[in-house]
Amino acid sequence: MYSYDHYDQAMVDARVAEFRDQTRRRIEGTLSEEKFRPLRLQNGLYLQLHAYMLRVAVPYGTLSSAQMKVLGDIADKYDRGYGHFTTRQNIQYNWIKLEDTPDILADLAKVEMHAIQTSGNCIRNISSDQYAGATPDEIIDPRPYAELLRQWSSFHPEFLALPRKFKICVIASDTDRAAMKLHDIGIQMVKNDAGEVGCAFYVGGGMGRTPFIAPQIKAFVPLDQLITYAEACLRVYNRYGRRDNKYKARIKILVHELGLDEYSRQVEEEFAHLLNQDIEPPLAELERIKAHFADPAFEQGLSDDLDLSNPKFARWVKANTAPHKVPGYTIATISLKPVGGIPGDASADQIRLMADLAKDYSFDELRVTHAQNIVLPHVKKADLFVLWEKLVAADLATANLNAITDIIACPGLDYCSLANARSIPVAQKISQRFTDNGKEETLGELKLKISGCINACGHHHAGHIGILGVDRKGTENYQLLLGGSEGADTSLGQITGPGFNEDGIVDAIDKVTDFYLAERQEGERFLDTYRRLGMAPFKEVIYG
Amino acid sequence: MADPQFLFRDEAASAPAVALSAFGEDTNATAVRIEPGEDARALLPHLDRLSLVEVTFPAFTDGRGFSSARILREAGYTGELRATGDIGVDMLSHLRRVGFDAIAPATPLDPAEAETAFNTWPEVYQATVVDGRKPIWALRHGL
Ligand code: HEM
Ligand code: SF4
Repeated sequence: MYSYDHYDQAMVDARVAEFRDQTRRRIEGTLSEEKFRPLRLQNGLYLQLHAYMLRVAVPYGTLSSAQMKVLGDIADKYDRGYGHFTTRQNIQYNWIKLEDTPDILADLAKVEMHAIQTSGNCIRNISSDQYAGATPDEIIDPRPYAELLRQWSSFHPEFLALPRKFKICVIASDTDRAAMKLHDIGIQMVKNDAGEVGCAFYVGGGMGRTPFIAPQIKAFVPLDQLITYAEACLRVYNRYGRRDNKYKARIKILVHELGLDEYSRQVEEEFAHLLNQDIEPPLAELERIKAHFADPAFEQGLSDDLDLSNPKFARWVKANTAPHKVPGYTIATISLKPVGGIPGDASADQIRLMADLAKDYSFDELRVTHAQNIVLPHVKKADLFVLWEKLVAADLATANLNAITDIIACPGLDYCSLANARSIPVAQKISQRFTDNGKEETLGELKLKISGCINACGHHHAGHIGILGVDRKGTENYQLLLGGSEGADTSLGQITGPGFNEDGIVDAIDKVTDFYLAERQEGERFLDTYRRLGMAPFKEVIYG
Repeated sequence: MADPQFLFRDEAASAPAVALSAFGEDTNATAVRIEPGEDARALLPHLDRLSLVEVTFPAFTDGRGFSSARILREAGYTGELRATGDIGVDMLSHLRRVGFDAIAPATPLDPAEAETAFNTWPEVYQATVVDGRKPIWALRHGL
């Protein structure tokens, strides 16, 4: 894992001091709320329906157990004993007091953490693959590149007042587990014909009210031009992104309105110019960062055998573990989607327990996933049963990774001032229904995502099944979408037709999944059957 | 024309700045003002006759002026580069980093707070080049 040197620590400490001063000026009244707002946002502090919300950055989703422990302690000390893991691999606290915030940031800085640029119109926390460094299907660990970008984007003086927020994701596997093409910039680490590692750039993806899948803008940027190329992409956006309408201000709209060719041409021009400006860190810096991500001391020659005679354990292993690059190890996902629970929530005690488990069984490391779960990336198979028993005892052993009950849901009307409809109760109903009727396991992989309004915080466009809360003559109404995906085969879901009330939407999902079970061919997931048959027959079973 | 509250060069230019649209016709003008939507690169053919470029920030949330400033410095402009408009204390360190050497906030800022703000960052992560500061990666590798 990356650890700070005295430069990194000094930068974060300077930020805490700066924010302490800004907060003081705000409380004393010399700084107006209007002027304070963008400053607090760039420190992750939002004003919500009931209180301040603080979003803490988890760079590329990677955490040490000491860091995780502090996240649990903050939940107890400054919140109501809970933390909420988000779709961008961060953690949020929903009941924060303004005057406590500088102290929280100081507590975080002690374990090399911060809330820098987790909101506001700037380059946000960089996200990545939660299996990075552990999975056999990546060409290289993507996190050193994400760390290089983190340092470059932190307090970049030219890009702190962009037209809109800017999200970057870095992956290194064709199996996209991080929704890379739904980011403002998605970077996939690739090898060229000469076997050299470089970056494929995708620009202009995003969700919200006008979703776009990012098109590829450059197939190969060499590693010693990565920062320069990113800077060119950002400069063109900062200068020409729309500022007249906040709904058209994301880079996706600029790329769409200019056209990919014209946007690329402008970037190339800026890139050629910036190449002469000497702004690229040397490759030695990348090597320095890479050394931090060296493999932990894996034991060699371990057996892959696993005693699966306990059926509940066997089910959890099947659902929640993934192949590891080293024999005898596995990647284990801890589901934060218990039946009827709030997706992504964990209590302070659960957070601290996960920290301990990482220490004992996963070389001190955890990951946050964009589907709001927690990963222990390096678990010895020989330890898996003991680990599972401890998870069971803490109510953390739900065996539903990527199942219909592994739902992404936004906060919705329960917390959010922009919502049309509630999201959490719908998620809870679906989770209950599909667990009770036993269909969850039979259905296999089925990604279901819920947003309480068109802003799409719950990724409904990218769900195999998506649910969108709309306001229909003052009552809550839910539209159903089918066929979205955020993997390597990214696609946007299509609305089936007229919406439903809360019970109606759950019934409709029951119908489409029954139809899938009747029609599926060998090895087909829900999404595959939908793609083969198209919308019409699904519509027929819902409305026919 | 706003006089700079903060000046990082020997003296402030005194010629009144003309709008970019008028600058094209007025071949004697040595000072020009550019708005956020205007292309700073339009000035590149005229840099050697300019002693002042005023970059306006009508709203502090509009960051286009940061790019304009850096582009001018990258092109070798050495005259006064002045930021004017809705400028808060928390922008000061960033304005310096993109090459402004004169800052004229519409509402004067508290001098003590400004002093703290200019010194916010012990070091910097990026090479903007135009501020002359070595980034952290250069320090790490003795460059
Ligand atoms: C509770 C109050 C919240 C409010 C008021 C809110 C507001 C918004 C708005 C206005 C957008 C659209 C932005 C745009 O398209 O430019 C958005 C997008 C988004 N939000 Fe939220 N949000 C909230 C909570 C959350 C939470 C808790 C999460 C994560 C679990 C989240 C994740 C996202 C994501 C992933 C997007 C889509 C970004 C994209 O378009 O690429 N939001 N949010
Ligand atoms: S999707 Fe809408 S309702 Fe849900 S959190 Fe985002 S803004 Fe709020």
